[in-house]
Amino acid sequence: MADGATAEAGARESAVAAAMALRDVTIAFRLGDGSVYNAVDRTSLSVADGEFVTIVGPTGCGKTTLLNVAAGLFRPSSGSVNIFGAELFGLNRQSGYLFQSEALFPWKTVIENVAIGLEIAGTARSEACERAQKLLARVGLASFGPRYPHMLSGGQRKRVGLAQVLIRDPKILLMDEPFGPLDAQTRQIMGNLLLDLWSADRKAVLFVTHDLEEAIALSDRVVIMSAGPAARIMGDWRVPLVRPRDIAEIKLDPAFHELHREIWQTLKSEVLKGYAQTDGG
Amino acid sequence: MSRIKLLLLQVLVAVVCVLAWHVLTAVPHGNPFLPPFFFSTPYDVALQIYKWFADGSIWRHLAITLTEATFAFIVGSLGGIAVGFWFALQPTAAAVLDPYVKMFNSLPRIVLAPIFTLWFGLGMLSKIALGFTLVFFIVFFNVYQGVKEVSPTVLANARMLGMNERQLMQHVYWPSALSWMFSSLHTSVGFAVVGAVVGEYLGSSAGLGYIILQAEGIFDIAGVFAGMFVLAAFVLVIDAFVTWVERRLLVWRPAAAETRT
Ligand SMILES: Nc1ncnc2c1ncn2[C@@H]1O[C@H](COP(=O)(O)OP(=O)(O)OP(=O)(O)O)[C@@H](O)[C@H]1O
Ligand SMILES: [Mg+2]
Repeated sequence: MADGATAEAGARESAVAAAMALRDVTIAFRLGDGSVYNAVDRTSLSVADGEFVTIVGPTGCGKTTLLNVAAGLFRPSSGSVNIFGAELFGLNRQSGYLFQSEALFPWKTVIENVAIGLEIAGTARSEACERAQKLLARVGLASFGPRYPHMLSGGQRKRVGLAQVLIRDPKILLMDEPFGPLDAQTRQIMGNLLLDLWSADRKAVLFVTHDLEEAIALSDRVVIMSAGPAARIMGDWRVPLVRPRDIAEIKLDPAFHELHREIWQTLKSEVLKGYAQTDGG
Repeated sequence: MSRIKLLLLQVLVAVVCVLAWHVLTAVPHGNPFLPPFFFSTPYDVALQIYKWFADGSIWRHLAITLTEATFAFIVGSLGGIAVGFWFALQPTAAAVLDPYVKMFNSLPRIVLAPIFTLWFGLGMLSKIALGFTLVFFIVFFNVYQGVKEVSPTVLANARMLGMNERQLMQHVYWPSALSWMFSSLHTSVGFAVVGAVVGEYLGSSAGLGYIILQAEGIFDIAGVFAGMFVLAAFVLVIDAFVTWVERRLLVWRPAAAETRT
């Protein structure tokens, strides 16, 4: 199963240079006591340009680690990362990364946080602020510009983070559980907002979530990771649902249910197998 | 608690203390519990303070102490910021010099005062030097910590947004270091004043420390107490100013952290 998925991804990848391709990536951490923890084992994954790919996996399996590798923040122990056909050394400047944990600059106001991406690239401050303000309006925070991050709710902070990343107009978007701490209703609103923003210029997206329903509703492809250690990709599904989608409505579609059941069956057994492996080894 | 109520209670404490002082130095008549020769009386102290302000002689001393403290604070902060950044960004230098920093910091500054007088004379310079040795270490430790303790995620985010080293300095390390430094502003400003006054006390020709020393020399206890009260009021005013500055500089901090200072 896993090999089949990898082969399929490999075949697609060779046809066109993918926006992003991880090849046989292995990630090992050296622990304090000198032992080595093998977090991710020989994983390959590619994201085509304009494609929305979501990784689903149990907590601690290595999703964040994989995104860090894709962002160039962390070097894999072996394997390679290719961005639009060129091997990645150092930071992945073509991508925007929405982090799982708090990453806004607490000493900057909301509008400064969003404008900074342009300012450091040399855009005049007034113009940067103007564009930041427009983007803030897009994420529904038009009147929040002068606030500081600690004066916002978790969901509002995530939206500021999204605006901060989007203002640089990156070709690739890496998103690590951006809706993690939010309630179900807000997740739907944020999901629709994200799809709305994404549909404007279809960036390549690598999205991470725990929530299988959310994954199917948002993506073109859903990738399942096994539990760690030595996590691998255990399945790769295309989502045949039409776009544009509404997160709430798409969940009523029979095709959605069909796919959900199919993925869940594999996910369940694979995850159980993953746990069994952990116990055995 | 409302501000008015708080202020009233604070004043009440002062009133009770002064009243107790007055009573203990007045009764029993002829042979009071606290002999005025050693403890003076509230009236004499108030009179002394009034005289100083009435003839204006105190202003010169206040101005000198303030100048010394200000310079000690500025120079100490600049030095602390420079070395703090240097250590945080050059771990090798930090590792090599670490024992020496600890050594100097553990040195009681008072033993340095005579040496500074020898080197810099009886004027303001020796007091500024003493204040510097106190302020420097507080600012240094806080800046060092502030640069090192930047959240790794915030740092990674800054890099992903495209910041180069200089921009990281400007937008990440610098604000973080300053916020740590500002959160210790009360302590460092307080130490600048302490350095100035102690320096004056140990040898000078002007300043609050000097007038206290003068009064002690002639067993003028009212003068000593008056000097201490003026010093206390001086420190309170400066502290209020620091609080005012802090409010403006650390607006981005959550309220909990703001009150932690
Ligand atoms: N610096 C590190 N040193 C050692 N082990 C680490 C380190 N960082 C992560 N790990 C381990 O690697 C594994 C993967 O971590 P990762 O953060 O990628 O998980 P995740 O899939 O993002 O989990 P979650 O869904 O909870 O965010 C975990 O088991 C974690 O304990
Ligand atoms: Mg994670």
